[in-house]
Amino acid sequence: MTDAALTRPVTGVPVRRNKRIATIAATCAGASGIAVVVVGSLAFGNFGIEPDFSARLLPPSLAHWFGTDQFGHDMFARTIHGLKLSLWVGVVAATLSTLIAVGLAILATTCGRWADILVSFLVDAAMGLPHLVLLILISFALGGGTHAVIVAVAVTHWPRLTRILRAEILQIRHAEFVIASRQFGKSWWYVGQHHFLPHLVPQMLVGLVLLFPHAILHEAGLTFIGFGIEPTKPAIGILLSDSMRYLTAGKWWLGLFPGLSLVLLVLCFDAIGNGLRLLADPRQAQT
Amino acid sequence: MSSHWPILVATRIVRLAFLLAAVAVVAFTLAKLSPVDPVNAYLGPAIAKVGPEQRELIARKWGLDQPATVQFGKWFHNVLSGDLGTSRTFNAPVADVLAKRVQASLPLMGMAWLLSGILGFTLGVVAGARPDTWTDRIIRTYAYVLASTPTFWLAIVLLVVFSVGLSLTPVCCAAPIGVLPEDVTLLERLHHLILPLIALTVLGVAQITLHTRAKMVEIMQSDFALYARAQGASLADVAVRHGARNAALPAITVLFASLGELFGGSILTEQVFAYPGLGQAAVQAGISGDVPLLLAVALCLTLVVSVGNTIADILYRVVDPRIGAVHDLEARP
Repeated sequence: MTDAALTRPVTGVPVRRNKRIATIAATCAGASGIAVVVVGSLAFGNFGIEPDFSARLLPPSLAHWFGTDQFGHDMFARTIHGLKLSLWVGVVAATLSTLIAVGLAILATTCGRWADILVSFLVDAAMGLPHLVLLILISFALGGGTHAVIVAVAVTHWPRLTRILRAEILQIRHAEFVIASRQFGKSWWYVGQHHFLPHLVPQMLVGLVLLFPHAILHEAGLTFIGFGIEPTKPAIGILLSDSMRYLTAGKWWLGLFPGLSLVLLVLCFDAIGNGLRLLADPRQAQT
Repeated sequence: MSSHWPILVATRIVRLAFLLAAVAVVAFTLAKLSPVDPVNAYLGPAIAKVGPEQRELIARKWGLDQPATVQFGKWFHNVLSGDLGTSRTFNAPVADVLAKRVQASLPLMGMAWLLSGILGFTLGVVAGARPDTWTDRIIRTYAYVLASTPTFWLAIVLLVVFSVGLSLTPVCCAAPIGVLPEDVTLLERLHHLILPLIALTVLGVAQITLHTRAKMVEIMQSDFALYARAQGASLADVAVRHGARNAALPAITVLFASLGELFGGSILTEQVFAYPGLGQAAVQAGISGDVPLLLAVALCLTLVVSVGNTIADILYRVVDPRIGAVHDLEARP
């Protein structure tokens, strides 16, 4: 870029307000949304699990914000329980996925050319398969249930992060500060701790948070088509597939609210992930 | 430069073959690991009437008494020679089931693919031409929210609004119930196609829009765009002649790479609308333990998606020769 690039911002781009504060606010809003789900699910306890046959299929009202289902379950409580279940699956699956990604990225960058080729092939293979088909196959192999969903989601979501981490490690390895540090006689262990980790940890954290939405959405989808969490648990996918039977009878609230809440939860994670990414990345410095 | 194109394409094809073989092995292993017993799944409710000798007979007839590697060898050999086996749930050869399902799914997926490409590209160009205006903000918010929306939920909402609430569209299936397949008119087919199509299209738009927008913003800040503006070309003129043209090929590569998502979406959408397509067949095969069909669907989808990814990869290099150069540097550190 030459002078033209430097002078361009003058051409009528309005001066922006403090973006960093907006980013921090969005991140906090996302975090509080998740806190509400966790606290709410603890506060509701067994409410929404126990049936109440005196209040079946009621439309939304002040007493039942999201209405009630065919067993008289309060849908608001059930949705919160479902979101907590999604959170739980998402946390475990995304963490496992990140661990796989870190392991493979280190393998690809430290164990020579063949390891690198192997990892690239694995990444391509995992990206080449349609996620949902692989999820169905894995869930089928493990016989369904919560642990099958966790494994299936964990095993399918590492490729993108692996690619990012691999590129990052390669870039740092050829960076001048690493070469200089090596030539001063520091061991790879020291260099790894003092030069690689500070660069990789933010990437890993952001990658982890940005994996959540994918993990949660895939879990819900898998559960919805019947390969996921057991039908006895109030997962969002179960709530929605149950609602299918009552939608044509005009019970729209059974389908609308659980899905909407799931979208909000995913947006919370997106807000946190993007916030962390912007705050952690010095190249996106915000003033 | 042009001399290594044949090599590149050849390596991609070899890679594709390896990938398919690997997927075949993995899929077969996963199916073998399943706790669903194929004989039980086949018998269904008749399980109480069948003695152990007969079960053994069935198992032997299917070759289930042989080791898994032998079974895999036979199956793989058969697949290579074009015989995909018999589907137990549909009681027909897998190839026939697949052909019928693809016929139903192809219009849905193809049209959704094209429409989401066109719509996403247009929205991206409009948003990227004037970044940080209200149009841009609305389009961006729309794309972000859509990217976080579960496909099947959107399909449910469409169903509630248009089929149940307004009674404009049918509730399920690909054709009216109780009408013979040969009597179904094209209009009726379209009528049943429209909601699944909208659900799939609307979701596919998000990614293309965001990619195109980012590219457009970059182009509109470039020197040649500034020069064109200085010469008196209008913003729309620059956006169409310089922006859209340069953003088109990246958008197409994204479109090819998004095939996997499209299939995932179509599985869920078909499930909501009970649309008898490929995705619904996959779900049914999985639930009823119909291994040959499940494997065939997995292989078939992998083939299509990987070919899409390979095309995207090659297109990338055609569009931007620098990508190839960077890759070479990385490969040989």
